[in-house]
Amino acid sequence: MIAIIDYGVGNLFSLKSSFSHIGADIVVTSDKKVIDNAEKIILPGVGAFSDAAQKLRDMELEKFLKEQAEKGKYIMGICLGMQLLFDKSFEYGEHKGLSLIEGEIRPISDVIPKEYKIPHMGWNPLVFENGKHPLFKYINEGDCVYFVHSYYGANCSKSVIATAEYGEKLTAAVARENVLGCQFHPEKSGEVGMNILKAFCELKEGTLC
Amino acid sequence: MITKRIIPCLDVRDGRVVKGINFEGLKDVSSPVELAKYYSANGADELVFYDITASSDGRKIFTEILTETAKNVFIPMTVGGGINTIDDFDRVLNCGADKVSVNSGAIRNPDLIGEAAKLYGDQCVVLSVDIKRVDGVFRVFAKGGREDTGLEAIEWIKRCVGNGAGEVVVNSIDTDGVKGGFDIEMLDKVCNAVSVPVIASGGAGKISDFITLFNTLPKVDAGLAASIFHFGEVKISDLKNEMKKNNIPTRM
Repeated sequence: MIAIIDYGVGNLFSLKSSFSHIGADIVVTSDKKVIDNAEKIILPGVGAFSDAAQKLRDMELEKFLKEQAEKGKYIMGICLGMQLLFDKSFEYGEHKGLSLIEGEIRPISDVIPKEYKIPHMGWNPLVFENGKHPLFKYINEGDCVYFVHSYYGANCSKSVIATAEYGEKLTAAVARENVLGCQFHPEKSGEVGMNILKAFCELKEGTLC
Repeated sequence: MITKRIIPCLDVRDGRVVKGINFEGLKDVSSPVELAKYYSANGADELVFYDITASSDGRKIFTEILTETAKNVFIPMTVGGGINTIDDFDRVLNCGADKVSVNSGAIRNPDLIGEAAKLYGDQCVVLSVDIKRVDGVFRVFAKGGREDTGLEAIEWIKRCVGNGAGEVVVNSIDTDGVKGGFDIEMLDKVCNAVSVPVIASGGAGKISDFITLFNTLPKVDAGLAASIFHFGEVKISDLKNEMKKNNIPTRM
């Protein structure tokens, strides 16, 4: 079973529907017992980093999720959920993340040319980095996924498994052993997105590069 | 490189998709859920649902249709029509909408965009504007294009973007339903006035109209149309093949 963490950030309807669509056994929960029993974890999130990080702390999920990841359980962050896995974020100040992925979250405006619009919103092709990660087992390089973000994962070159070209190479997905993250929204990326979720569901210990 | 989006628009009344010519003489087309599934499978990059229902019963059906669509279709969905309050935002976002489009609601209550952007983020708030030339001036029309608000369109758009609208749908009443191509002059003015994504609407009649749009105005992010897709005059897959041939960044 896959636990989608419900910590009061954003709407989980589409995420839940997409996993149901591919036939995955899912539960939307904030109950630690349920999460502990789940095989894998999805950390969603939209909105501001500091609010989301605070909510995780308020619900005593910050340390708990770190422990779950350190036990070797697969955890995948999506969009802001991916950003929360990093050491820290510079979105409106400086805020601590879960430090499961080395690197930090910085404004896109720092790196992209001025004529590019912010947020980076729309369908952008994926460029695989550091080989083809098992998460991308069912898709091809150049397949498009749907992005909506104004901040990006910086200084995380060791963990980057995909980037997207937007005047600059932006981090699209990261992985470090059992910890994964997608900046884009697989649940809104049509068939390509469903194939990424399917590959995530199938990940087993020993399948990582 | 981010790709240019092709967006079919579904006007929904009493649970059915309809599309009018110049906003009048609505014709029944098909089931919204089935049409949405079909478009998603055939390359649509996003869907827009407009609720043109007047009754509260119709609104309930619309909400059910949205929920059913979001359970089956996994591409971004923008919802508009009858969005006047934050409660309306909540109602459609809870059904799986990703973005909410405001039109007359923002004209009646200019604070709506700002409040919504603060709650849900700029990326969630889409300004939809119906524009018509009146004595050579671009004017904003309300109530489905029936009422001249007297507002100058470019100023209105700038003001709404300043308040937090993260995207603008420009619907030219002058070219809508005519099928003679998008309103390049109007779109050019809007693109030069704002830095958020601009979606062109009104006037597409054939594939080459989209090619002309993206080649003439590389700043336009998306092309929106309804009847030409609903009646099969333009197949999205053919359109995208042609865009690719013309070196327009396209999601295949």
